[in-house]
Amino acid sequence: MGFLSNLINGISLGSVYAIIALGYTMVYGIAKMLNFAHGDVIMVGGYLCFIGMSSLGLPTVVAVLLSIVGCTCLGIVVERLAYKPLREAPSLAVLITAIGVSYFLQNSALLIWGADPKVFKSIVDLPSISLFDGQLVIGPINLVTALTCLVIMVCLTLFTSRTKMGKAMRACSEDKGAAQLMGINVNTTISMVFAIGSGLAAIAGVLLCSTYPTLMPTTGALPGIKAFTAAVIGGIGSIPGAALGGVLLGIIEIFAKAYIGTQLADAIVFGVLIVMLLIRPAGLLGKEIHEKV
Amino acid sequence: MEQLKKMSASTRSTIITYGMVIVLFAVMQALSSAKVISSSTTGLLVPITAYVCLSISLNLVVGISGELSLGHAGFMSVGAFTGIVVASMLADTITLGWARLLVSMLIGGMFAGLAGFLVGVPVMRLHGDYLAIVTLAFGEIIKNLLNNLYVGFDAKGLHLSMKSAQALGMEGGKIIINGPQGAVGISKLSTFLFGFLLVLFTLTVVLNLINSRTGRAIMAVRDNRIAAESVGINTTKYRLIAFVVSAALAGMAGVLYGLNFSSIVPKKFDFNTSILILVFVVLGGMGNIRGGIIAAIVLTILPEKLRFIGDFRMLMYAIVLISVMLVTNNKTFQTKLGMLRERIRRRKDPDLDLVASRAGGDGNE
Repeated sequence: MGFLSNLINGISLGSVYAIIALGYTMVYGIAKMLNFAHGDVIMVGGYLCFIGMSSLGLPTVVAVLLSIVGCTCLGIVVERLAYKPLREAPSLAVLITAIGVSYFLQNSALLIWGADPKVFKSIVDLPSISLFDGQLVIGPINLVTALTCLVIMVCLTLFTSRTKMGKAMRACSEDKGAAQLMGINVNTTISMVFAIGSGLAAIAGVLLCSTYPTLMPTTGALPGIKAFTAAVIGGIGSIPGAALGGVLLGIIEIFAKAYIGTQLADAIVFGVLIVMLLIRPAGLLGKEIHEKV
Repeated sequence: MEQLKKMSASTRSTIITYGMVIVLFAVMQALSSAKVISSSTTGLLVPITAYVCLSISLNLVVGISGELSLGHAGFMSVGAFTGIVVASMLADTITLGWARLLVSMLIGGMFAGLAGFLVGVPVMRLHGDYLAIVTLAFGEIIKNLLNNLYVGFDAKGLHLSMKSAQALGMEGGKIIINGPQGAVGISKLSTFLFGFLLVLFTLTVVLNLINSRTGRAIMAVRDNRIAAESVGINTTKYRLIAFVVSAALAGMAGVLYGLNFSSIVPKKFDFNTSILILVFVVLGGMGNIRGGIIAAIVLTILPEKLRFIGDFRMLMYAIVLISVMLVTNNKTFQTKLGMLRERIRRRKDPDLDLVASRAGGDGNE
């Protein structure tokens, strides 16, 4: 039973990573930049929901919506102010800017909300499901997280393949110049991707904090990096890849914690990334891209 | 002065850099022995020299080799903890403080260089963002491993364990590294003079490397990897050279830093420290060694002087990082800056009008 409950926890954590990784992978696919600040948007999402629920006393659904809308706006603003002026700049400059934005968000949160951890109340208020005479207990939040991840993945896949905006996104990620010639507004499309990615980050933040209820300014940093790891493992730019990578990574992390040791779990997760990059640099579901001169 | 003008630009710049470091050392040494500066600032002298070394060494990777490394603090910690172990082991063998520091530093640098090589071999197959994230991952792995490392030393020799202090099986002796609690009871060997010598050593290594055939190859790979490869430069080899040299130098700086405190924990060398060193390099101007040195000094002293702004300090770092990147990389801004410069030049010397307008074309590059 220990194995099963670990597996369920792993899938639940993995689903959170998957939702974050979806945001990463979309932004990377279109803007060709590693949005380091993505992890910190998760933290902002968590705080907004926390404030909505405990300080403003809003109903849970409204608080979650507030958090999603807030993060979506934050994503658009950050893209507009920090990343858009650097669209033609070398990738090193963009990456350093993104690290700067990440630092900015973390330290702004530190100044606004303080360093002491907040206790986040789970958004799902249902009794746990008990199976096999109570040997296996499934938390309701685990189910909600996995379901949300599944729904988001299906919606995103449909969105990118069926809608006009989604097609524009794929066109931009293939070739920005050609997309522009076809009458696609590249800037709006990129803003849109940032908006979707940040909205997803808010959902991930709320779910993450519901499962692991401590909320601090640095809450988002490590899950953010791990989610990027997940996106790379799944193949960056690929939506099913991000989901697969996320779930895999979550399971690996929980099993490493259970059977090898809490302290070494992070080292193992990053070790998987390195091994993956050496064996299959394009990721599990990614396409090999050959360099052209 | 006449002779200085005749020299090539790179030689002149090298001499100015050395001169600046030596003058700064002399001034600080004089000030601290005359007790003009406070004791808290005097305590900062050794960390400053360590950070200057780190800034110079990271510049080799970020500025010269053009790869973003986010795990520099990892190599620093490998050096620091190796150095601490060596220094404790040799406590009875070598009684001379500076000689023990020198030996620790050499071995610490070697271990960090070895770590750099082990990390570098897989990492150098990657580029850009992937390389950055993997160096970050390695930094985290190194921190995690050190958090689980227990090292003790007794009459029988060195004991290592990854489980607990009890698992070392010590008979008397002394526990040097105690897992997450880090190293305690370190004999402070580092001095400002030694730090200064290490800065000079680091400078010599890096500047000589940059101005050599190898250095030119490294920069060629940075500017255009495919072109460099097509003229027969082994790109992986040269990037690896820059990476390993940088790691070894960071390790030596780590030894200097570690042996300056009576106790130190692995957590000290986390992602934030890597970013701090990166801020030195970026603020000083990537590839500009002198700028990096000045940034390291200013950004180490300034926070101590600005204690009252407290939490705003890190926020300022963030804003500095973003604005430096926006200012130096935005085309519109660069063009405006170029126009402004030209106007100033014209006002100073109207005869230059023709020359300036001709030179203006490539000034905006």
